[in-house]
Amino acid sequence: MNASHRDEMAHAPVGYGRLVLLWLGLLGLTGLTVGFAGIELGSLVVVTSLLIASTKAVLVLNVFMHLRFEDRVFRFFVAAALAVLVIFFALTFMDYGFHG
Amino acid sequence: MAEPSVVDYLHAPSKHRGPLSWILSTDHKRIGILYLVTMSFFFSVAVFLGFLLRLELLTPGKTIVDPQIYNELFTLHGMIMIFLFIIPGLPAVFGNFMLPILIGAKDVSFPRLNLLSWWLFLSGGILAVVSLFLPGGPVDTGWTFYIPYSVRTNTTVIPAMTAAFILGFSSILTGINFITTIHRMRAPGMSWFRMPLFVWSLYATGWIQILATPILGITLLLVIIERLFGVGIFDPSLGGDPVLYQHLFWIYSHPAVYIMILPGMGVVSEIIPVFARRTIFGYKFIAFSSIAIAFFGSLVWAHHMFTVGMSDTGQFIFSLLTFLVSIPSAIKIFNWVATMYKGSIALEVPLLYVLAFIVQFSIGGFTGMMLGALSINIHVQDTAFVVGHFHYVMFGGAGFAAIAAIHYWFPKMFGKMYNKRQAIIGWALLTFGFQVLYFPMFVMGYKGMPRRYYDYLPQFQIYHQISTVGSWIVVLGLLIVLHNLITALRKGERAEMNPWGGVTLEWTVPSPPPVENFVTVPTVTTGAYDYSRYEKKA
Repeated sequence: MNASHRDEMAHAPVGYGRLVLLWLGLLGLTGLTVGFAGIELGSLVVVTSLLIASTKAVLVLNVFMHLRFEDRVFRFFVAAALAVLVIFFALTFMDYGFHG
Repeated sequence: MAEPSVVDYLHAPSKHRGPLSWILSTDHKRIGILYLVTMSFFFSVAVFLGFLLRLELLTPGKTIVDPQIYNELFTLHGMIMIFLFIIPGLPAVFGNFMLPILIGAKDVSFPRLNLLSWWLFLSGGILAVVSLFLPGGPVDTGWTFYIPYSVRTNTTVIPAMTAAFILGFSSILTGINFITTIHRMRAPGMSWFRMPLFVWSLYATGWIQILATPILGITLLLVIIERLFGVGIFDPSLGGDPVLYQHLFWIYSHPAVYIMILPGMGVVSEIIPVFARRTIFGYKFIAFSSIAIAFFGSLVWAHHMFTVGMSDTGQFIFSLLTFLVSIPSAIKIFNWVATMYKGSIALEVPLLYVLAFIVQFSIGGFTGMMLGALSINIHVQDTAFVVGHFHYVMFGGAGFAAIAAIHYWFPKMFGKMYNKRQAIIGWALLTFGFQVLYFPMFVMGYKGMPRRYYDYLPQFQIYHQISTVGSWIVVLGLLIVLHNLITALRKGERAEMNPWGGVTLEWTVPSPPPVENFVTVPTVTTGAYDYSRYEKKA
């Protein structure tokens, strides 16, 4: 670990304790996804899984990838990329739903 | 501060010797050349496979190979051309070589990541080749790996998919590198609207590479999981949905068409002003149309699936979006033509390829609009018409743009000039052979000749014969082009710093460029295509 890296770690915007807590939270959400897979939710299966996955992604992006602490321009590009992803999902499931 | 080196990149000192000084180099120019060499090899293999395919179709029934070999031939031809040549093609070779120079930078943002991209590309390519010789034999699914056949065939689907997966990673890393470089490393004064249009096209392409490629990677991984563990994801016999596979596959693979063509359009935008001696017409429209093509092009994928049983609403929406994407494409064509209008046109080799590009891409685009219309699509779905259409776009468009680019930047990249007469003969044969090879496909396809069929009815033979003769002319043209460029490398005349009279930054550095591109970082004070001195004379 070089000096600048050490310096960066020393000024990490989130403490280790909180990071471990979040990590445990992510594991919990993964467990939730597995748990829901065993329940017959019908057409809500996809929505539930996507909601859990989105929550996990938001946590990882904001905390572990420091997006919360970055310039607005980075947040804008990530938001634009996510918007495209949402359109992909919407258009795909518009037809996927039709297949029943 | 030490004065930057002025030794050209071909003779730069390295701590490694021989080939190692190339395959371990992080210099963006050397990496560009590495891609050029590797891709030229894969391209030659794929051309040979295509040549065999056409030869097989010369007569109905067996001409040279059995049906199984035929299936493997068209799969490999498609896979190699798409994943190992035309998707990485222009960005990896000319993007790597030219992007930093065009924006006045010394290198890309992440040089080591850049080298890793090439190593991943090479690894994926080698795996694809090795898969041919593994038990089970070469993959025979077509390059689309459609379900359910790809989970049932005993050929080497998993290695081939893994190869595509690795190549996808290479593409993503290149995209990240280019976008970061464009944002962070532009020379002083190089504002967004002073950037050359090739850079704009690489920027738009980079976003598609980053956003769409992971979807293909994950989809292929899911098919591998389905094959290995029998998990029902796409296979209907296991409760999966094969149409979902097609959606996910085309979410990447249609935008991939724009990964192929957008840098080609960028090359055209570079070449036309130089050889028309005109400031480009509608700079901002061309720049924004690249972004618009990248955006709308990412939303039209299901027009590949109109006959799979989609909902009417889905068909309507995807047909509409397909028509929308033609608008920014047409904007580019009109602006290119307007740039040439009343220009002092010098019909040099790069411009000849560009003119062929415009005509062929327009034919490819118009037939694409026919395919985007639901009624016609259902009539010609999975026929030779589609094969003709995408070859006009991919080869007649992106392929010709790549050949235009090599003829345009060759003197800069290697400091040598090729034989122009031989280059024109190569262009003439290639352009003529191209029409003979692919145009009959529109006719036979419209009359009902299915694509990927080993055998056919006698009434289609004449079209197949014409097309096969065309393939011989194309191969001859390609051989002449290749011979000319290799001869130029060995004993070509020394090229000047600016043989074409270009005004973008690459023409301000020596040929070949120094290791760090610029002795002093340039300050940009005008737009990329300022030909006002010629226009005033006119």
